[in-house]
Amino acid sequence: MNNIYNKTSIRIVFKSVAVVSFLMMASCDPDETQTVAEFNNLVMQDEFDVEGAPNSALWTYDIGTGPGNDGWGNNELQYYTDRTENVTVENGYLLITAKEEAFNGSNYTSARIKTEGLFEQAYGRFEARIKVPYGKGYWPAFWLLGNDCDQNAWPQCGEIDIMEYLGDQPTTVFGSAHGPGYSAGNAITKEYVLENDRFDTGFHVFGIEWAPDYINYYVDDVLYQQITREDVFEETDGQGEWVFDQPFYIILNVAIGGNLPGAPNAETVFPQTMLVDYVRVYQP
Amino acid sequence: MKNIKFNYFKNLSLVFLMLGLIIGCDRDISDDAALASFPNTAEIFTDNPVGLTDDFFISFDPVEGANTEGFGTDDNEAYQGTSSIRIEVPAPNDPNGGFIGGIFKDRGEGRDLTQYDALTFWAKGSLTATVGLVGFGTDFEEDKYAVGLENIQLSTDWRKYTVPIPDASKLTQEKGMFIFSAGTQSTNGLGYTLWIDELRFENLGTIAQPRPVILNGQDLVQQSFTGSSIPLSGFTQTFNIESGDNVTVQTAPSYFDFVSSDTSVALVNELGVVSVVGSGTATITASISSVLANGSLEVTSTGALPTAPVPTLAQSNVKSIFSDAYTIDTSSEFSPDFGGSTTQATVVTSNNDSVLIYTNNNFTGIIFDNTVDASALSFMHVDVYVQQAGVQVEFQIRDIGANGEINTNIFTGQPEGDDADRRFTASGVTVNGWNSFDIPLNGAIANQKNNLGAIILAGGPNFILDNIYFYTP
Repeated sequence: MNNIYNKTSIRIVFKSVAVVSFLMMASCDPDETQTVAEFNNLVMQDEFDVEGAPNSALWTYDIGTGPGNDGWGNNELQYYTDRTENVTVENGYLLITAKEEAFNGSNYTSARIKTEGLFEQAYGRFEARIKVPYGKGYWPAFWLLGNDCDQNAWPQCGEIDIMEYLGDQPTTVFGSAHGPGYSAGNAITKEYVLENDRFDTGFHVFGIEWAPDYINYYVDDVLYQQITREDVFEETDGQGEWVFDQPFYIILNVAIGGNLPGAPNAETVFPQTMLVDYVRVYQP
Repeated sequence: MKNIKFNYFKNLSLVFLMLGLIIGCDRDISDDAALASFPNTAEIFTDNPVGLTDDFFISFDPVEGANTEGFGTDDNEAYQGTSSIRIEVPAPNDPNGGFIGGIFKDRGEGRDLTQYDALTFWAKGSLTATVGLVGFGTDFEEDKYAVGLENIQLSTDWRKYTVPIPDASKLTQEKGMFIFSAGTQSTNGLGYTLWIDELRFENLGTIAQPRPVILNGQDLVQQSFTGSSIPLSGFTQTFNIESGDNVTVQTAPSYFDFVSSDTSVALVNELGVVSVVGSGTATITASISSVLANGSLEVTSTGALPTAPVPTLAQSNVKSIFSDAYTIDTSSEFSPDFGGSTTQATVVTSNNDSVLIYTNNNFTGIIFDNTVDASALSFMHVDVYVQQAGVQVEFQIRDIGANGEINTNIFTGQPEGDDADRRFTASGVTVNGWNSFDIPLNGAIANQKNNLGAIILAGGPNFILDNIYFYTP
């Protein structure tokens, strides 16, 4: 495995609502025309209806603690395995389970599966229906990495985080884009907070609509963020580069601990499972 | 310093215990029956009490030290609107009472709270004090669905507090809208002002991940006897709330559904009182809304316990610690919670005869609430019952001296300072029968037995005691 590209933690500095709404308004073309893509052509789906290991024609694994043995670049605490107890398909769901156990020098095990080399696509609608765990230290995610990270080292190859969530903030998810000039702690990101509901008690649909000029982020039927080429330019004072024109692959994982969520505490419940009802990808 | 919340819950359990003997079985309501519905008003206090009469506040008993003077409203402070509840938390030496607390009661028919998942309010303090108890479900009648959140930390600015409802489906007609108890334990006796505003029930939608607990989460194994009853304890419900914090509330047993694995051995009622009805072993488990609680009780009965020999001495010859035959000379603490102690001590009563059952003892004690002057007495009597051969129990009769404190060398376990003790080991005990011991008050306490303060119990590990008293023949 020569993929050394890791989801890098984001020290999130959330934009104020006012700034965001200004940007969303500003993103409209001056001539009031707006391209609205219809992403209705289903090109990939996994409904997780076949019991056992995830479909090997679609999914492969990241194993271990990362190529640098540094917790995938984030000081994450888990050891990723492909064992049934960490990743399996049951009752129509993909189950990624984080356990507290001594394993190959780590104190936790979990899993991270990806479609690298099996399904990669530029643009389209990517969505998944997911229920996440809760508690300090849990850091599940549904995200995309550019398929050319071997040639163009991260963040040049691009990263689109469709959903990230921290277990000690059970009503909040965030969506981000990473590229040169706006990665890690400086990624372009925004959080979405559920009112009178939480992400660990039921399923929610997390998705992006990704076109040549923008990435729209939504939770269920709520569009909460749009990142455009102009945003990348403006957010980085002209230093950033839009790197979202090549095929990306999908990653689903549950990280434990690390720079962003911090370590689990005594109240964190193990094991817990992220359930994925489906992953679907559409083209325009 | 008075710790009212502790007393309060202790009293509750007594009430539960008594009720437990009365209440029999539940029947599901027929589908044909139309349930009466009660008002579902959410607000309790906004700028005024809502849906409550003027005398909605009922203080704890002033006889217990509750201060009834410090409760009112404040038109100059409010989180929202124009007015808030203002509570002057008194110093312990306040002549009007050293703590403040009570309930807000719906004096009508009660409210239907089934659509809510939490009680919420905003509060602030003139000091960053800790308030001992807030909650709801206490109505000074049955207190059937009492819930308490202990030790909330005040800020000097308004802060929102959330008390989760363990299972709202139970609250079809609740009169206990709010309970609080506040003292100055956290402020070194300095009085302070507590304001409360926007007190209401809410459906937050973010009260999640329930984790009920009985017996403080322990899986206990208990030896008992047919005819006895054992009140369960240590009931809590934990939720994860919107902030990501876990909140644990003391939860009345009636929120739980109890199950006995063998109803020919043990039954358990809705108040969490286990009745041992036959020989054998049964495991008691519980759940709230189908979520299994942590903690269980495995109770084994070998049949009825024979009654210990009935004492024949006159009351005037006796100073009693534990016996149904005599008026006690002092009340005692039977579960003193010594550090490192593994002992479980339970008072079990059957046929109006109480015995002390000790399980898994390494060391514990019977701590007298008041010292006993045994200057004119010459023996201690105790009856011992064991079910395994070879059990030995050491009794250390401790005189705690004039200072009124137990002084023990933590390395040797020997009395020090002004303490002295007499040690006696009951051995060669006949199995499955009562053995009477009469221990002379001699040795180190021969001339110092006017401040008897404790009986330390070592060894066993499993034994039953009855009729513990000092006497002169």
